[in-house]
Amino acid sequence: MQRGKGMKFVGDSRVPDKESRNKIPKDYSEYPGRTEAFWPNFLLKEWLVGAVFLIGFLCLVAAAPSPLEQQADPNNSSYIPLPDWYFLFLYELLKYEYAAAEYVVIGTVIIPGLGFGALLLAPFLDVGPDRKPSKRPIATGLMILGVAATIWLTYKSAAHVNWDERADYSVEAVPDVEIDEEHPGYEVFANNCLSCHGDSLQGNPGLGPSLVGIPYNEDQIKDIAQNGIGEMPSDQFDGTDEELNQLAEFIVSTNEQAAGEGEDSEEDSH
Amino acid sequence: MLHKLYDWIDERLDITPIWRDIADHEVPEHVNPAHHFSAFVYCFGGLTFFVTVIQVLSGMFLTMYYVPDIVNAWESVKYLQTQVAHGQIVRGMHHWGASVVIVMIFLHTLRVFFQGAYKKPRELNWIVGVLLFFVMLGLGFTGYLLPWDNKAFFATQVGLEIAESVPYIGGDLKTLLAGDPEIVGAKTLARFFAIHVFFLPAALFALMGAHFIMIRRQGISGPL
Ligand code: HEC
Ligand code: HEM
Repeated sequence: MQRGKGMKFVGDSRVPDKESRNKIPKDYSEYPGRTEAFWPNFLLKEWLVGAVFLIGFLCLVAAAPSPLEQQADPNNSSYIPLPDWYFLFLYELLKYEYAAAEYVVIGTVIIPGLGFGALLLAPFLDVGPDRKPSKRPIATGLMILGVAATIWLTYKSAAHVNWDERADYSVEAVPDVEIDEEHPGYEVFANNCLSCHGDSLQGNPGLGPSLVGIPYNEDQIKDIAQNGIGEMPSDQFDGTDEELNQLAEFIVSTNEQAAGEGEDSEEDSH
Repeated sequence: MLHKLYDWIDERLDITPIWRDIADHEVPEHVNPAHHFSAFVYCFGGLTFFVTVIQVLSGMFLTMYYVPDIVNAWESVKYLQTQVAHGQIVRGMHHWGASVVIVMIFLHTLRVFFQGAYKKPRELNWIVGVLLFFVMLGLGFTGYLLPWDNKAFFATQVGLEIAESVPYIGGDLKTLLAGDPEIVGAKTLARFFAIHVFFLPAALFALMGAHFIMIRRQGISGPL
């Protein structure tokens, strides 16, 4: 390519070819078109764009507080893992039969390896001189296919997620109650109900709801413990009548304490 | 006053050439959105850099409160989120920034790809770019564990299983990341913290430096 006064460059870059190195490159004001100085004209515009972007970003931050779930509990066997959204495509890919179990290497290594490997080596795979997308249909087509597949997998994965149920994992979903583990009813609860309703009555997503803030009195709870309710199977309680009384008393007193606290904190905020 | 200071330093260090290298260059018409609106696609690289700066700054402030051990990590994040003045904003910036930066780097990659800007003579810069992409994904992966909530723990467990499935080196790879062949625990958190705040940022800065030097050396690719 010939430019300026016999200046030869490597491609269209500003690196001059071997012969014309060490000559002073031409001033930017000699470039054709409506060229602008970076400093200070263009930089000022960049800062304006940056400021607008920053305002939009801060609005997002202020409108959507970042989530925090309950503290990690390695023994929680019912938890459904969920990666950050930009790894969902991989997570979804591994659900396909030929990318899982004994074929998992296909899903974890071969497919991503081919995809990212091709991306890394793109300049050496697509070596023609043309830059227009329409003049290099294979590269363009493969990229569109790859992007579409990634978006599709991400979408499918996100659509599977039960976002309402996941809201129960959040810290805010845990009502602030002090569990009195000394209470005789607590042990009964731990033996009979904890597996579904959680160790501090907070519930266990997918198994049982929280037992804080329920409207029942002791007799009704005794009845539910023996006969079940809705999706809760009957005969969950196994023990003496004395223990049943302690259990009901424990749940009701915890509820009363939670309700009392709710009122207190409302008073505090006035 | 400033001029005098500049002259004083310049006399000793001859900084004018450095200054010219950094700031004194042309912005051709075809990349200037003021002339062609469609040239906004050239902003994505700069916006990636901008969000990266936000990440570095907000991350530095987060480490003033964050405690990288399994007993306190979650508590420290919760404390920062609910008790510390503006803690929610700082954590929010880092949390949402991590997503926005992935969106921006993705759009930037697409613009470079569809414009064929990776072709000769810019092959090396493309490779540095893809490595930057990997580093960003690595930062996202390691950062996700740090709050030590259920989401973090179980996603990391899945991630480590994926690492383990790699033939031959999988087991060692998992041990290297997790600190133990089986347990995801105290050592894992400490390692992920170290990787997230020291190893990967170091790689990121080195690669970004190389990226920018190459861009300034070659200039932006010409119009299609
Ligand atoms: C197998 C899991 C399981 C066990 C064990 C279990 N529950 Fe339940 N429980 C449930 C489910 C599921 C529901 C929700 C029922 C519905 O609304 O359809 C429920 C609901 C309840 C409710 C009503 C909550 C509401 O908001 O309406 C009470 C009260 C209750 N359980 C008490 C107990 C007690 C007391 C025990 C221990 C003796 C116990 N449960 C053991 C699964 C369980
Ligand atoms: C931390 C991440 C990155 C930052 C901060 C960054 C920044 C930039 C900036 C500011 C430019 C100038 C042009 C523009 O803004 O579009 C640029 C150009 C370029 N980037 Fe990136 N980039 C990053 C990641 C990537 C990735 C992931 C790729 C490709 C896989 C890439 C490949 C390129 C190439 C080839 C150029 C030259 C394009 C041309 O001359 O037209 N970069 N980068």
